[in-house]
Amino acid sequence: MQRNTFLKAFTIPLLAGGTLLAGLAQAQAPVEVQFYYPVAVGGPIAKTIDGFAEGFMKENPGVKVTPIYAGTYQETIVKALTAHKSGTPPVTSVLLSTDMFTLIDEDAIVPFDNFVKTADDKAWLGGFYKAFMMNSQSGGKTWGIPFQRSTVVMYWNKDLFKEAGLDPNKPPATWAELKEAATKLTKKDASGKVTQWGVQIPSSGFPYWLFQTLTTPNDAILANEAGTQVKFDDPKVIEALQTWVDLGKAGIHPPGVVEWGTTPKDFFEKKAAIIYTTTGNLTNIKTNAKFDFGVGMIPGNKRKGSPTGGGNFYIFKKSTPAQQEAAFRFAKWVTQPERAAQWSMDTGYVAVSQAAYDTPTLKKYGTDFPAALVARDQLPVSVAEFSTHDNQRVTKALNDGLQAALTGSKTPAQALQDAQKEADRILRSYK
Amino acid sequence: MGHGNVASSRQAVHAWLMLLPALVLLVGFTHWPIVATLVDSFFSTPKGARPGAWVGLENYEVMAGDPVFWKAVRNNLLFAGATIPCSIGLALLMALWVNERIAGRAFLRMAYFTPTVLPMIAVANIWLFFYTPQYGLLEQVTGALGLPSHNWLGSPGTALGAVTVVAIWKEAGFFMIFYLAALQTLNPSLREAAAIEGASRWYFFRRVQWPLLMPTTLFVLVNAFINAFRMVDHLFVLTRGGPDNASTLLLYHLYEVGFSFWDTGYASAITVVLVVVLAGIALLQFFVLDRKTHYQ
Repeated sequence: MQRNTFLKAFTIPLLAGGTLLAGLAQAQAPVEVQFYYPVAVGGPIAKTIDGFAEGFMKENPGVKVTPIYAGTYQETIVKALTAHKSGTPPVTSVLLSTDMFTLIDEDAIVPFDNFVKTADDKAWLGGFYKAFMMNSQSGGKTWGIPFQRSTVVMYWNKDLFKEAGLDPNKPPATWAELKEAATKLTKKDASGKVTQWGVQIPSSGFPYWLFQTLTTPNDAILANEAGTQVKFDDPKVIEALQTWVDLGKAGIHPPGVVEWGTTPKDFFEKKAAIIYTTTGNLTNIKTNAKFDFGVGMIPGNKRKGSPTGGGNFYIFKKSTPAQQEAAFRFAKWVTQPERAAQWSMDTGYVAVSQAAYDTPTLKKYGTDFPAALVARDQLPVSVAEFSTHDNQRVTKALNDGLQAALTGSKTPAQALQDAQKEADRILRSYK
Repeated sequence: MGHGNVASSRQAVHAWLMLLPALVLLVGFTHWPIVATLVDSFFSTPKGARPGAWVGLENYEVMAGDPVFWKAVRNNLLFAGATIPCSIGLALLMALWVNERIAGRAFLRMAYFTPTVLPMIAVANIWLFFYTPQYGLLEQVTGALGLPSHNWLGSPGTALGAVTVVAIWKEAGFFMIFYLAALQTLNPSLREAAAIEGASRWYFFRRVQWPLLMPTTLFVLVNAFINAFRMVDHLFVLTRGGPDNASTLLLYHLYEVGFSFWDTGYASAITVVLVVVLAGIALLQFFVLDRKTHYQ
């Protein structure tokens, strides 16, 4: 509704102005940039985005940016790709960073490199965190610009730590410590039924992402940079899955597949003392947790690390060079430090560059609410979110394997070997 | 003679003109897509600059060798086998119940119909918390009875059952409305006659109400069949077909293949199979069951 009123309020004077201008000078028609964006977290995202578009247009009178809310990430890519196939895609869209290979294979997008000309452009492109660029570059080209990015972190309940005799300010930093703490944090009632789980790692929907919080510390990278090969049957990957399954077998992690959506609620209800979830849930947990909680880095094993996630800007191929240029300038404008900082505070997403964290506003926010900085501190050891060619199909092979192992219908080794076989079959045409 | 011909042909033109708007919509959005899908199912999926190539029956061979497809077929048959009789049975029971003159009848009718009015996605989000381990509604009930805790949606053994129950709950109220409407049109003198003859309530239902409800049952049955293959919205919220495809249904698998994997060629093949099966069922019901149905 808000957006509609805004659009009306905006377009009417623009149309009026447009006709006036057209009468004066035929050539000066504004470059129209349709911009699809998804909303994946709570908060007034649409309002912020409209504000960005308005601000950009004030500084760039020759461009008309039309933000279009397109649903979830999945709905947005369905709309964008369908529009691409029918010949009229949006000029730019925010889509998952992991959609990069899909978009390249569909010949739907153009790399950003063509538009990077001045020294200022180059400095801007070099300013993003490396961890975010891993999902944004392939074959020596930059296909996506990090925008609403996140990463997986650990949340723990300080009250329950105290109750269990643990130091509430010292979260587990290694797998061994995690297991020890989780064992102490698991509570059972008289009949032996667990009333509080030590640790909970969700596994519904997109278990591969959470699985990366175990494979990365075990020093395994699931896919090569070209997105043509996966390493599911690597002993280090199998060991990581075994660790997850063993947490369940030890009775300190809930059995079966754990729902992603209810995991924050489990945390509020004190049914889980430690949870793994996205930084995007920070504001949600901050608002709803009636106890003191901590946010920390994912416990390490051979090394530290966690996957990044979230969405990038892409520019679609089937639009005019002038539109593409305008979209590029919009993406650059939106990711400037001041605006990236604002965006991060409004949404809980990670700001995409060090420069954004150096701005006075975000510095102050970080001092008042240090939990907001954990994601940033984890970025140097973060890795790309798992992505390959024919991404969703390969991902499903892995997801099915993970769920089979977690529900006990396959051993971790068997599950991952089967997933590997399936992934090899899918990827054979990309080698 | 000649006059009559002109008049009747003018009438035919009028008739066609009247039918045209509906026909355009039907052809444009139903019949043409079906034909296009059939054609697409014989082509490989176009990718980027590469157009689709004629591959004959390859997409159907892929389907025959796809374990997830067969899992979806199996799940869908179980889903249909449970939702159709259960939702119709429940609908009939509820309709007979709220057809009686009881206190709070309007309230009961509304309560039974509510699930139908609610959007499936919203409903699924509510059920998600019913099924949540430990503090979900279901767990609180089973916990109070001293039963062990269970992860309903996260275990392969119960995930399909859990999503089936949601579907039955959602559908029963909708079908109840049809039965209720049909019951109200029954002639009250039939009941009086039965009462005078001393027929038991069960006998009256079995020999009078049930046969007279047959046209409604046929209609409801067709709808229940179609819905059994069409209702997948709640999967997106509840299980996403998991764990390990334990609760995936045909249409959900079709959506995944078409709009997650972007394999439109294979998705077309699955669509064709789905359309053929559903059309077959509908035809069978209309032509075979219809003949055995008694219309007043």
